[in-house]
Amino acid sequence: MPKLSYLKALNRAIGDEMDRDGAVCVFGEDVGVAVTHATAGLLKRFGPDRVLDTPISEQAFTGFATGAALAGLRPLIEFQIPALLFLVFEQIANQAHKFSLMTGGQTRVPVTYLLPGSGSRESWAGQHSDHPYSLFAHVGVKTVVPATPSDAYGLLATAIRDDDPVVVFAPSGALGVREDLDFDRLVPVPLGVGRIHRSGSDVTVVAVGHLVHDALAVAEELAGSVSVEVFDPRSLFPFDWSGLAASLERTGRLVVVDDSNRSCGIGAEIVATAAEEMRLIAPPRRVTRPDGAVLPFARALDLACQPTRAQLRTAVEQAVNGHPSRSAE
Amino acid sequence: MADVPSAALYRTVALIRGFEQRAIELVRSGVVLGGIHPYTGQEAIAAGTCAVLRPEDVITSTHRGHGHVLAKGADPARMMAELAGRTTGLNQGRGGSMHAADFGVGVLGANAIVGAGVPIAAGAAWAFRRAGSDRVAVGYFGDGAVSQGVVLETFNLAALWRVPVVLVCENNGFATSMRTADTVAGSILGRAAAFGIPARAVDGTDPEAVLDATAEAVARARAGGGPTLLECTTYRFDAHHTWEHTARPRYRTDAEVAAGRTRDPLEIQGARIPAAARAAIDAELGSLLDHAVRYARTGPHPDPATALDHLYATGLRGRAGAR
Repeated sequence: MPKLSYLKALNRAIGDEMDRDGAVCVFGEDVGVAVTHATAGLLKRFGPDRVLDTPISEQAFTGFATGAALAGLRPLIEFQIPALLFLVFEQIANQAHKFSLMTGGQTRVPVTYLLPGSGSRESWAGQHSDHPYSLFAHVGVKTVVPATPSDAYGLLATAIRDDDPVVVFAPSGALGVREDLDFDRLVPVPLGVGRIHRSGSDVTVVAVGHLVHDALAVAEELAGSVSVEVFDPRSLFPFDWSGLAASLERTGRLVVVDDSNRSCGIGAEIVATAAEEMRLIAPPRRVTRPDGAVLPFARALDLACQPTRAQLRTAVEQAVNGHPSRSAE
Repeated sequence: MADVPSAALYRTVALIRGFEQRAIELVRSGVVLGGIHPYTGQEAIAAGTCAVLRPEDVITSTHRGHGHVLAKGADPARMMAELAGRTTGLNQGRGGSMHAADFGVGVLGANAIVGAGVPIAAGAAWAFRRAGSDRVAVGYFGDGAVSQGVVLETFNLAALWRVPVVLVCENNGFATSMRTADTVAGSILGRAAAFGIPARAVDGTDPEAVLDATAEAVARARAGGGPTLLECTTYRFDAHHTWEHTARPRYRTDAEVAAGRTRDPLEIQGARIPAAARAAIDAELGSLLDHAVRYARTGPHPDPATALDHLYATGLRGRAGAR
C-alpha cells in the first residue's frame, strides 16, 4: 500500500475539496509557492482566483475571509505560524464565530483556519512554538487537532465542508508521521467523534495531537504491567464526552497528555468534566506544559517545557498504583 | 449621477431622525436596555450613500449603525423590536443595537469593534467581483477607526486587488471624547493617498453632496476601478452613547454643539422640497414610527431556553449540563 504523509494528507484534502466545491478558495502568505507544502500544486491546479497569496496582513485577510464567506465563498486560510492566531483572535473569536448568533441565524461563516506546524518546531523560540488550541475551545470555536495522516485528511475535509468557522491545528510533531493506507479509503471524519488507537483496561490516556504517538509508545512500554487505552479526541470542541465516558467505564482511571499550558488548558477541562460526570476510581492526572510557559529557544529548554514520554509513563503508573504526587507536569 | 428625488433623500433622513428620537425615549423608559449610540446629525451620510446602492449591494456598519441599517432598507418596526430585544426583531433579539443585521436587504451587520467591519465589507466585495458580478460593498467607519491597523491593512489589500468597495469615513470630529486632531496624525485623506486610493472630502451634512460623491465611487467600483475613500465631515449632535446623559462627561462646549447643529441634514434637505411634500412625509413617518414603537413594545421576549439557538450554523450545542 502507498504511504501517505501527514502534510500530503492535508494537501490532498484541500485539493479534493477545491475540486468538489468551486466556492472553496485558499488565502495565505506564500501559499503560491507552498512554503509549508500544505498548498503544494494548488496554484497551478486551480489558478490565482482560488489560491491567493496575501500581503503580510493577517488581520485584514482574516477579516476578508469572513466577508467572502458572507458573500458565499468557503475560504481556507493557511497561517504559517500558530502565534499569528493571537493577532487574528479578534477576527475569528469576535467576528466570524459570533456572526451566526448575533444575526439571529441569518448567516453562516464557513471559514477554515489551518495551522500546519503548530506547537514546538525544534527551537523556533518564543513566538513560533505556541499551541493555542485551548483558547479556541474555550471560546467555543470548533477546534480540531488531527494526529494521523488519515485523520488529518478526514478532519480537514470536514472542517472545509462545515458551515461554521473551524480551526485545524496540525501539530509540527505529527507532520512527519506516515501511514500505510489505500488512498481511495480517505474519507471525511466527523467532528466530535474520538478514536481509540489502542484498547486497554487499566487506564485511559487522553492524548491530543502528536502526543497520541507518544502515548502509544508508552502504552507499548508498559504493556507487560499496565493495560493502557489510548483515546484521541481528534476534535477538542466539540469533544467526544460520551466516547471518553465509555472508555472510563472500562478503565476508571484517567491521564491526559496535552502540549499546552496547564492553567485553563484543555487538559484541565477534560479532568474536570471526568471528575464531575464520569466513573473514576483514582485521582486523574495531567501531563502538560508548565503553567504559563513560553517556550525558550535553547533546545534543552524547549524540550524541558514539553510533555515527555517519561512524564506520561510516571503519571500512568501513579494513576494505576495510587501513589500521590503533584509533580507530574 | 444617480437619479434620486430630493424628497426620497429627505424621507430617509427624517426616518432615521425620528427613529432615533423614539429609540432614545425607549432607552429612558427602560424598554431598550444597553442604550444606543445616536446617529443624530450624521443622517446625510447614510441617506446619501445608500440611495446609490442597489438592493443586492451590501454594507457593513458601525456601533453607530441605525442610520445605515434603515437607509439600506431594513424594516423600522423590526429594527426597533431588535433594539428592544424581542423575537420579532431583525436578529430575533440576539444582536441588539450594535449588531443589527438584515441580510435580506444587504446589511451584513453593524459591528461593535471599531474598524472591524471594514475588512468584512472588502472581503464580500472581493467575492462579488470574483463571481463576475458588478455588486459593490460599502464599509462605514468613523474617524476613530482610521487608527486601527486592520483598517489600513484593508486599504492596502483593497487597492492591490482592486476591490469594488467604497470606504466611507464618517468624520464627526470625535473618537468618543477625543478630538480627531488628538487621535489622527497626518490626515485621513492622506492615508488613502498612501495606498493610491482615490479619495474625496465630502460635506457629510448634505445628503445630495454625499449622494453625488458616492455615485462616482460606486460607478468606479462597478467598472472595475477598485476602492474609493470618502471622508464625510459631519457632526454628532447628541451623546456618544445614551449613557452619557447620566454621566455627562464634558469634552465639548454647549456653544460648539450649538454651532454644529446649525448644519442640520434634516433642514438642509427639507428646504429642498415643497413644504407640503415635507409635511406629508413627516405625517407618514409619524404613523410608521408610532407603529414601530408599538410593534417593539408588544413583541415577545425570547424564551431563555433558546439562549444558545443560532450559535452554530450547523446546530452544535454544548453538552447537557454545561450551562
